[in-house]
Amino acid sequence: MDTRSHKSGDHPLLSVRDLKVHFFMDEGTVRAVDGISFDVYPGQVFGIVGESGCGKTVAVKAILRIVDPPGRIVSGEIMLRRPSGDPDGADGDQVLDLAKMDSTGSEMRSIRGGEIALIPQEPMAAFSPVHTVGDQVIEAIVLHQAVSEAEARRIAAGLFRDVGIPAPEQRLDNYSWQLSGGLRQRAMIAMALSCNPRLLIADEPTTAVDVTTQAQVLRLLGQLQEERDSAIIFITHDLGVIANTADYVMVMYLGLVMEQGPVDGIFHAPKHPYTQALLRSIPSIRSTPRVTLPTISGSIPHPFNRPRGCPFHPRCMHFMPGRCDRQSPALRPTPDGHLVSCFLDDRSEGWA
Amino acid sequence: MKALSQEPRPLLDVRGLRMYFPIQRGFTRRIVGYVRAVDDVSFTVGAGETVGLVGESGCGKTTAARCILRAYSPTGGEILFQTAEGAVVDLAKLTRREIRPLRSQVQMIFQDPYGSLNPRMTIFDTVGEPLLVNGLTDRQRRLERVAELLARVGLRPEYMQRFPHAFSGGQRQRIGIARALALNPRLVVADEPVSALDVSVQAQILNLLLDLQRELGLTYLFIAHNLSVVKHICDRVVVMYVGKIVESATTQELYSKPGHPYTSALMAAVPVPDPRYKIGSVELKGEVPSPANPPSGCYFHPRCPYAVDLCGTHAPALQEVSPGHLVGCHRVGELKLPGVA
Repeated sequence: MDTRSHKSGDHPLLSVRDLKVHFFMDEGTVRAVDGISFDVYPGQVFGIVGESGCGKTVAVKAILRIVDPPGRIVSGEIMLRRPSGDPDGADGDQVLDLAKMDSTGSEMRSIRGGEIALIPQEPMAAFSPVHTVGDQVIEAIVLHQAVSEAEARRIAAGLFRDVGIPAPEQRLDNYSWQLSGGLRQRAMIAMALSCNPRLLIADEPTTAVDVTTQAQVLRLLGQLQEERDSAIIFITHDLGVIANTADYVMVMYLGLVMEQGPVDGIFHAPKHPYTQALLRSIPSIRSTPRVTLPTISGSIPHPFNRPRGCPFHPRCMHFMPGRCDRQSPALRPTPDGHLVSCFLDDRSEGWA
Repeated sequence: MKALSQEPRPLLDVRGLRMYFPIQRGFTRRIVGYVRAVDDVSFTVGAGETVGLVGESGCGKTTAARCILRAYSPTGGEILFQTAEGAVVDLAKLTRREIRPLRSQVQMIFQDPYGSLNPRMTIFDTVGEPLLVNGLTDRQRRLERVAELLARVGLRPEYMQRFPHAFSGGQRQRIGIARALALNPRLVVADEPVSALDVSVQAQILNLLLDLQRELGLTYLFIAHNLSVVKHICDRVVVMYVGKIVESATTQELYSKPGHPYTSALMAAVPVPDPRYKIGSVELKGEVPSPANPPSGCYFHPRCPYAVDLCGTHAPALQEVSPGHLVGCHRVGELKLPGVA
């Protein structure tokens, strides 16, 4: 995927503003997503990186309105733009707030799987083992498009061919457990694409597959994205994968956005101490072997013991006592187009 | 047992190791075939060395490790191990009873820090159990030894009476390492010890493993699929594909001058955490074949961009291309394969 940023005149396809998703449990409240804002533009690959518990999966589940109880959206907006079809401007565009919709209502159900589709992490768990993969893809097509079952089968076979499944007609009649890991993930991608979504959400789509299969799946997603010009939200914990796929990257930690910016800037001029430390601590296939890696001290706090102020402060090497542990830094723009939530820019050494 | 050569004996010398699992069908469970999970695998691990066993899922790397630990009884081959007493024994041939006194010398670090600790045992019980089993019955001395072990792996000894649920993934992995080190093993088999950990914690555990090796002179057999991690920690690397070794060399040599097309393709497929490097252009088609039904000839030939007719009919033998660098490929001299610097 080439590094493209959106055109300045474009309107975001999806605008998330101050989204909060909390889980209300007997032991206490887990603030899984605690006020995040971001925009996804048409044709953009928007990467979300973060470690376990950072809220990346909960954030996209909120967009699809499939957060399981006891979790719910506490506040915030999820604005989805629906183009009017008028080429002259965006004035006629319809903007829907997904956060306000009934999660089981007909409108949300038509958006979910139709306008916004998901490629889940574990294709083995996502497909039903007692229906053929073809039947499951055909069901999705019939549900969202006014076509006959025979026509839907023809579309499904075409999709299987597009995602590089050999002998697509025969594969439609297979069960998910008869397919290999790579084929299963391709079938899942075909299903996600079946209704020409404008926004595709890929949640760790290559975590469960081998590296050579991963390279195939990433290339396939890149090709499909170029052909269809849909937007992709790509979630992963693997910084190598994100560097190879995303145009724009958002780094999350404990339910908050630490930094966001264009992919090259995130990897070559990271601003937030967490982004910097994360990038330093990973062994790269191109780095020198057997040297001590710089580490981030400590571990990710338990969600019930969330630190006050900036959630990263107990592990941060630039921790400023009295400041970082009292106040929460807001997300602020930097001169080179990043958004960073850190007090560091107030200091004289500022952004390098 | 073979005569000693001039060179110092390796700590572990695996020769022609085979592990076949029968495929049974029908009411009578008749055997219709074999899954050749490990098929004629030979490699050595020198004292103080870290050897990486690398490959994709189903390549047999974990099965090979389990044979060395004698969690499985191998179908064939020899696993020559130099004991602390200086004797050389074949672990593959020993009975369960005969192997028991040697178990303290070969220990394992597991992949999943959540599944490998008993949730009903305190950290003291978990780390102290191998000591107790091996005759350290004095509770006070056991407490001291566990405290020492915990301190060594970077945990506070005061946490000894807590249960695993109170610890994060990285801390649990440290507990697993402390348990593996409790009996001063000569060989530590680490099966994907960092792949279940968060990125920020992986580096801590890798550093710990390197530090412990320097301090205690440990020998590691390191099993992993992540080539970046393997490059970081290993002195030598053995690459497996569908139960067979396709290449083995020093880390430096393997990554800079890979001799087998599979090794090269595997390295090209690893995403580099830098947007200015894109995944290499050599893309492998298809997927890893099943070891129950491998292709003819070289197992890699259906996916190999350089395959010739010979590759489909004859399995290549491992050839030494330079001292210590073995490659199993018919076209080994002719190909110039890209590596990583």
